[in-house]
Amino acid sequence: MEPFTVLDAAAAPLDMSNVDTGLIIPARFTRKPRRSGYQDYLFHDLRFRKDGSEAPGFVLNREGFRDARILVADRNFGAGSSREQAVWSLLDYGIRCVIAADFGEILEANALKCGLLPVRLDAESCLHLRGLLHAEPGARIRVDLAAQRVTGPDGVAYGFDIPPFRKTCLLGGLDDIDITRQHDAAFLAFETAYRQRYDWLFDAE
Amino acid sequence: MAETMYDKIWNAHAIVERDDGQTLLYVPRHIVQEGSRFAFEFLQDRGLTVRRPRQMLASPQMSISTRRRDIEEITNPDQRLTVELLIENTRKFGVTHYGLDDPRQGIVHVVAPELGFVQPGTVLIIGDSHTCTAGAMGTLAIGVGATDVLHVLATQSIWQRKMRSLRITVDGILPEGVTAKDVILTIVGRIGANGGKGHVFEYAGSAIRAMSVEERLTVCNMSIEAGARSGMIAPDDTTFDYLAGRQFAPRGASWDRALRYWRSLPSDEAARFDREIHIDAATLAPMVTWGTSPEDVVPVDGRIPDPRAEPDAERRAHMEKTLGYMGLAPGTPVTDIAVDQVFIGSCTNARIEDLRAASAMIRGRRAVVPAFVVPGSTQVKHMAEAEGLDVIFRKAGFGWGEASCSMCVGMNGDTVGAGKRCVATISRSAAGRQGRGSRTHLVSPAAAAAAALTGRITDIRKMGA
Ligand code: SF4
Repeated sequence: MEPFTVLDAAAAPLDMSNVDTGLIIPARFTRKPRRSGYQDYLFHDLRFRKDGSEAPGFVLNREGFRDARILVADRNFGAGSSREQAVWSLLDYGIRCVIAADFGEILEANALKCGLLPVRLDAESCLHLRGLLHAEPGARIRVDLAAQRVTGPDGVAYGFDIPPFRKTCLLGGLDDIDITRQHDAAFLAFETAYRQRYDWLFDAE
Repeated sequence: MAETMYDKIWNAHAIVERDDGQTLLYVPRHIVQEGSRFAFEFLQDRGLTVRRPRQMLASPQMSISTRRRDIEEITNPDQRLTVELLIENTRKFGVTHYGLDDPRQGIVHVVAPELGFVQPGTVLIIGDSHTCTAGAMGTLAIGVGATDVLHVLATQSIWQRKMRSLRITVDGILPEGVTAKDVILTIVGRIGANGGKGHVFEYAGSAIRAMSVEERLTVCNMSIEAGARSGMIAPDDTTFDYLAGRQFAPRGASWDRALRYWRSLPSDEAARFDREIHIDAATLAPMVTWGTSPEDVVPVDGRIPDPRAEPDAERRAHMEKTLGYMGLAPGTPVTDIAVDQVFIGSCTNARIEDLRAASAMIRGRRAVVPAFVVPGSTQVKHMAEAEGLDVIFRKAGFGWGEASCSMCVGMNGDTVGAGKRCVATISRSAAGRQGRGSRTHLVSPAAAAAAALTGRITDIRKMGA
């Protein structure tokens, strides 16, 4: 995982609540090989018309927002299906941070594990930030993970919460398997006892 | 201290707890389907191997064709590849694979209980959000993404944060014509699509106790639609009778020991839940969704709600947008809504009892709109055929397919056209779920069959005999 420290980048406003993972990436693209990249599937049915041409109204198709690396959304971003491809499509597009009032639970967990930073700010702050971005397309937001601080284009800063453990992982680019391996002795002792206690689960072996 | 069932199962699987509140849970049961291709890809990229392949099962469910049990029938090359990769990966790592030619193939959420692979008091992980279905067996069943699947493959464990507990007690007797699907649609409507966030549900009460395992599976299946991490139901004699004799169920002395453990699982009398919701079964009606979220639900004898009557601005905006997408006018009686097609299938409602309930509606009548029935597993399909249900469906003009997810996700040409209205027994009605521009109304299997016969959304309580 690529470490996340400070991100100072263009941000795009997404004025929608309850953006579910099916909107982030429609199911029909979720079988695509990972190595070829998922950037083109991000918000596919919002971004493109049926004939494949760009939908001019969609925010990421507008000047100033195309190269956004930060997304400012509204309530309940990423609800619905557990598909992790939603996070990949955001990452592959270049987005490394989504700011929203709250997140679909699985998406939030997946994001943290894959190196996409979900930042929760209250709905009013999200609205304010989106307003600034609309007023000045291409405006930048600065996200400082170590300081847990988001600074808007108007210089107003907001603090945010992140579990300390996830913060360490993101800052250091460490993933879960690296960490679990540090507990291997505990795992093996636990497993031996478990297999004795619930031996019927292993009868079929 | 008094414990909930969730506490008990959690404690029995906790290996280590981290100071950030994350706990490493042991994973005795893991199932993979086509969606696992990425996890296997990452596993091999990192030079890792599957830690406990014997604690796993695999079956293709989503990318496969409903026409024939043949990989060549899968027209989309990306989809076909996922099925081929599942064969390749399971062979490479020694995982039991119930493929297209195996009578045990099916949607994994249907197969897991059907084979007795998922048992009370265990932790089940599947890389799919409807994993919560298996909670009906008294299991902590958690749906995860590919990164977590990779972690389970590599370590046979998973990091989780303990959720809060929410008990939903449904007491009383369900009125005639009200099914398990109507119970869970009511619950999702009441709690809201994100209202269960951060919680694990326990469904309790006399109405739940009176349900068969199959009905309970339908209830738990849609826990995720209320935003819950999972949902579960205490195991009881209904569960044990269901499990006895199934392929992976313990036998002989093992059964007795297992039973002793299973009987210790229900929440202690004095256990406290973080939240409680009570529902009176007698007040429930058949339910229908009218919008793109399963919380957009009304009784079948109700009307499409009017956004102008909604005080919350955000909810009002959602309603207006949804009604536009669905092509519905506020105030329309639900039973006036004409439908274009019907789908009976999915891990929500394609077990044998669902197919029996749907076929029982037919009574010699014919479908007046295209209708398609897809059993949830090959075992269900064989059972239904042995009972002659396929003949009833076919004679009535319903299509009859091979077990798969099919029209639940609009795969392999099993789609709903843009702007077309489909009454379906599935779990989600999101925009485009059944094909671009598709409009979905969620109902029970009997109500779906009734809609096929009348061409409109139908109150099964008023269907003449
Ligand atoms: S039937 Fe539908 S909800 Fe169930 S696993 Fe398949 S796609 Fe998912």
